[in-house]
Amino acid sequence: MAIAHVSAPDAPIAPEKKSKKFAYILLAPGLLWLLIFFAFPLINLAETSTKTPAPTFETGEFVQTFRFMNFLDAFVDNQEQFYRSFIYALLATLLALAIAYPLAYAMAFRAGAWKNFLLIMVIAPFFTSFLLRTLAWKQILGAEGPVVSTLQFIGLMSPDGTITATAFSVIMGLTYNFLPFMTLPIYASLDRIDYRLLEASGDLYANGATTFRRVTLPLSMPGVVAGTLLTFIPASGDYINAQLLGNPDNYMIGNVINSRFFRVVDYPTAASLSFLLMATILIVVVIYIRRAGTDELV
Amino acid sequence: MSEPKKVQGDLVLSHITKSFADFTAVDDLSLTIPKGSFFALLGPSGCGKTTTLRMIAGLEEPTSGKISIGDTDITYTKPYDRPVNTVFQSYALFPHLTIFENVAFGLRRRGIKDVDAAVEKVLGLVELAHLKNRKPGQLSGGQQQRIALARAVVNRPALLLLDEPLGALDLKLRRQMQIELKWIQTEVGITFVHVTHDQEEAMTMADTVAVMNNGKIEQLGSPADLYESPKTVFVANFLGQSNFIDGVVESTDGSNVVANIQGTRITFPKSRKNASGSALKVGIRPEKFRLHDPGDNTHGNVLAGGKITDISFTGVSTQYLVEMPWKQELVVFEQNDGGAPDLVKGDPVTLSWEPQFTFALDGASK
Repeated sequence: MAIAHVSAPDAPIAPEKKSKKFAYILLAPGLLWLLIFFAFPLINLAETSTKTPAPTFETGEFVQTFRFMNFLDAFVDNQEQFYRSFIYALLATLLALAIAYPLAYAMAFRAGAWKNFLLIMVIAPFFTSFLLRTLAWKQILGAEGPVVSTLQFIGLMSPDGTITATAFSVIMGLTYNFLPFMTLPIYASLDRIDYRLLEASGDLYANGATTFRRVTLPLSMPGVVAGTLLTFIPASGDYINAQLLGNPDNYMIGNVINSRFFRVVDYPTAASLSFLLMATILIVVVIYIRRAGTDELV
Repeated sequence: MSEPKKVQGDLVLSHITKSFADFTAVDDLSLTIPKGSFFALLGPSGCGKTTTLRMIAGLEEPTSGKISIGDTDITYTKPYDRPVNTVFQSYALFPHLTIFENVAFGLRRRGIKDVDAAVEKVLGLVELAHLKNRKPGQLSGGQQQRIALARAVVNRPALLLLDEPLGALDLKLRRQMQIELKWIQTEVGITFVHVTHDQEEAMTMADTVAVMNNGKIEQLGSPADLYESPKTVFVANFLGQSNFIDGVVESTDGSNVVANIQGTRITFPKSRKNASGSALKVGIRPEKFRLHDPGDNTHGNVLAGGKITDISFTGVSTQYLVEMPWKQELVVFEQNDGGAPDLVKGDPVTLSWEPQFTFALDGASK
């Protein structure tokens, strides 16, 4: 007892100091990584975005003129693709939510022994590359593919009809590719719900539908918010699905940035568009999180 | 929104059986719980008491049998259509709702008007009105327990079920809540059915206690009745401690039974015998024994030739282990009121007790 009293005064300070230092050590690799591979390129991109072509008009040569009108020009010239990106991403997110929520619900509450098997099935697509899977869909939905020929055979589709090169196939591709990102967070938050809360709700006169609306759904909101963000953000910047499953009429802002960088070699426009996309997503996400109010959930 | 029917009356379980894949949790159980009583189902874990409670709540369906309140059969009624509310063992408060909304949950589902007044009143009853805007995660265990109770009581159910409601609280808080629960039950006049493995908790609160073991009711009665006149060895040992000495009936002398236990003749009133054959297990509670120095004047039944083998001081009383000549160790509690002789380990002692405290069970009882 006496020993404990003697050492008591400085005891609470020392571990705190030590743990703070330890926290910085743990953070260091991540911070360093972000600095090199995120902060530097971002500054570089910002610098590029206000450049104009060099007086020599040599391809790929630009000089810094701080021309902020680059942003407006980039937006005005590519409005259509801009809006389309967010509409497609929104539709894909809603579609993915409609598919993922029941799936995650079944996995969390009804699957029993099948739970792990279903989880593996959800993750399995990650075992092959994103690009390959999208190419596979191009084959499946293509003009000579099984879907189109079957639909044409039974007369549900005209002989010159297509599925690829439509908005439908692009949105379908986005939905398919980001479905696991929607399913897993929702599953995780549903799986965490204490089953006794649902029993308590039933005990307090709520039938199945009311229990879902008043207890299950609110408690799964963190998963829904995470899932929708993990789907919406990458989907709005995606260009692979539009390129492989769409035609130029379905191109999204990602396709424009891609072609500005690699085909036209117009770095300032590409950089401006990248910043506009980032800023828009940031604003949308902040508003969304505020509205969803998940920070109140314990 | 479903409005449970206005159901009133005694809760009657008739021939309830609940079998799971590989075992029978509740075995042909029949029970009547009078309206307005505080009833405890007491038993060790796995005895079927929680399963019984869940069947009354509607969270499990009995394999066979019938459950009714008054004249209304509720055996297969959905939980949300029953006039029954539960205080769950883990409290099961909704973490995303405030304390106020937790308590209002049942009222809102039934579309009851003036939710505010009802919630305020019940929060006043559990003395937590000032916490109504908090979330459950910000409350202590004892406070959460009271909110769980308030959330159930506010609905004025015909029946309130309590599943080990005090299990997670520390001893001091548990004692306090026992008294409060009993007070609230008297205040609201709802039938309380309380499931617990804590014999002290059951005895403190309940009017009637049913001791369960292996899916059956071993004995049912008032706490004093169960304690003073246990009908099985299980009940005698589950409620407090007991000493059992094997014996045989020698004769019946008027209203008394004369029995021989390990060579000593004792008597006790006929009413204290709950055995058909002549082989007996004679039970004496540790606190009924008196300790004497050999040769002292004694009264009642006497067992001589004991030797103290262990002494432990427990505060209000001292526990002695006394080895008898037939090598059985008996437990004796003596109040620390100066009445018992000063004894140390190894001292020879004589035991005595009043005949009416004897309870004689069948020699084969377990």
